[in-house]
Amino acid sequence: MADHAVVADDEVDLSRRKFLTRATIASGALGAVFAAVPFIESWSPSERARAQGAPVEFDLSKLEPGQMATPVWRKQPIYVVRRTPDMVARISGHDDQLKDPQSKDSDQPPYAKNDVRSRSPEFLVLIGVCTHLGCLPKQRFDKGELYPSWPGGFFCPCHGSRFDLAGRVFDGSPAPINLNVPPYSYPNARTLVIGADEKGTV
Amino acid sequence: MTVKTASGAPAQPPAADTGESAGKGLWAWLNKRLPIDEFITSQLTAYYAPKNFNIWYFFGSLALVVLVLQLVTGIFLTMFYKPGELTSFDSVEYIMREVNYGWLLRYLHSTGASAFFVVVYLHMFRALLYGSYKAPRELLWLFGMLVYLALMAEAFMGYVLPWGNMSLWGAQVIVNLFGAIPGIGPGLVLWIRGDYAIADATLNRFFALHVAAVPLALLLLVVLHLVALHQSGSNNPDGIEIKAKLGPDGKPLDGIPFHPYYSVKDLVGVGVFFVLFAIIVFFVPTLGGLFLEPENFELANPLSTPEHIHPVWYFTPYYAILRAVPNKGLGALLMLLSVSAFFFLPWLDRSPVKSMRYRGWMSRTALALFTVSVLVLGYLGLQPAEGLYVVLARIFAVFYFLYFIGMPFYTYFEKVKPLPDRVTYRAH
Repeated sequence: MADHAVVADDEVDLSRRKFLTRATIASGALGAVFAAVPFIESWSPSERARAQGAPVEFDLSKLEPGQMATPVWRKQPIYVVRRTPDMVARISGHDDQLKDPQSKDSDQPPYAKNDVRSRSPEFLVLIGVCTHLGCLPKQRFDKGELYPSWPGGFFCPCHGSRFDLAGRVFDGSPAPINLNVPPYSYPNARTLVIGADEKGTV
Repeated sequence: MTVKTASGAPAQPPAADTGESAGKGLWAWLNKRLPIDEFITSQLTAYYAPKNFNIWYFFGSLALVVLVLQLVTGIFLTMFYKPGELTSFDSVEYIMREVNYGWLLRYLHSTGASAFFVVVYLHMFRALLYGSYKAPRELLWLFGMLVYLALMAEAFMGYVLPWGNMSLWGAQVIVNLFGAIPGIGPGLVLWIRGDYAIADATLNRFFALHVAAVPLALLLLVVLHLVALHQSGSNNPDGIEIKAKLGPDGKPLDGIPFHPYYSVKDLVGVGVFFVLFAIIVFFVPTLGGLFLEPENFELANPLSTPEHIHPVWYFTPYYAILRAVPNKGLGALLMLLSVSAFFFLPWLDRSPVKSMRYRGWMSRTALALFTVSVLVLGYLGLQPAEGLYVVLARIFAVFYFLYFIGMPFYTYFEKVKPLPDRVTYRAH
């Protein structure tokens, strides 16, 4: 029965032992990485959260010139402003005071990458969440409302970021980029759809 | 567990203990299977602490007391609290109005959160004052800093749970800080929230982290902090090592056993602490909006930002630094640096002495300026970010960082006083 092979010290293949140890550690580490994936992925938005983030419709005919409405899309307020010709005029003339007047570094669909940051000068559609740390900028549409040269726009009460009537950020604000523009489209003259455009639903 | 006395000499249990352990009976039976006596001896009755501790040495044991208080009150609060967008706010009101002594459980927990930071900040200041982070206690300091970080995470997530309007918007601002990380920022923020805004998913995971994950990490870190403390032994107001002067019995000449000397002394501190604590809990639990903010007695509203957002007082120095910078990325980076700078103290400090008692005027001035800066920044973080407040925040943020940046220079060049041979103290 006592047939254990007694291995003398000089017969132990240390390099083989070392290789097996390292291979075990490597495969164990790889397994741990794979096992971590479901746990990490569980934190991403659930199917329900994604479904509730579907596009929403808004009836533009309710909005008078100069008014703003805030429908909710993806639990964020969307600022829909019907700009008067006077408000549109007040968008130009202060490009030198803006961080990103051409919206080069800002986040918007291509059809909003223009001077008025919208499909048409009349309707402005923005995500009403400050690009600094996420507070809701307040409407300060009147000329001179904040200070004499104020052209009208939005003001964030949390950390003092200022935006013009196209949602473009002024110099000296902590917000790094202009207010974000969601994808949107007009299936007919009086309906705005937020969250879907020619490219489909985001 | 490594069993070693402060003096480095092998543990010599008192004769009475040895007799008990070696004898018969239940206690001996237990000790043969679990080193209870050995632990008590090596870690308490034969663990030598410097005999010249002053009032600054109360706050470590007080932090432990507050930790236990938070664990006990927290466990009872989870028995009545229901996490969820629709239930959180109401269940907190239920605790306050209808659960027997629910108001007391909650006020003990909310006051305990602020008290935790009070004692931890005083504990940290003691380390700055007497150079307790210097060799051989660098690791002890690092574990302490990790405890502090875990505590910050714990406090932040706990603050979100009542789901008041400041809970929601505080979470929005802090979570959005991660958005400042180039490239992965926006995706990371979405992952943390689990939704397109701070919502039910966020609240539920913060609950899990607040009541299970972070407390477990906190307990582990506190144990590591204490093991590292008992390995090196405590520093003292003179900043000299008591283990350098041993008596003929191998014990430090300037050391006294932790138990009963300091265990009894610490009890006095605990008594004074609970008197002050009870005054706040019973008479001013909100402390004028400092400990519990009026905005948070209003239900979370994703469509209405409070006029004036600020964190609870213990985060306001960092918040003031964040707001002092008119650039998102740089502001977030400086805020991160203002917290993490403490980790580097053991290597920034090149002074040959530990304690402020023997340092020169430069170190003293630097610490005084730093302390004033933290207090002023703490005040400014509670004020709106406008006009003079922002200018002052910028000035004091510079002083704040100068303490760390200048440390390798002023500690190296200044003239220090000669260290005493033995600890100095007045017999009572």
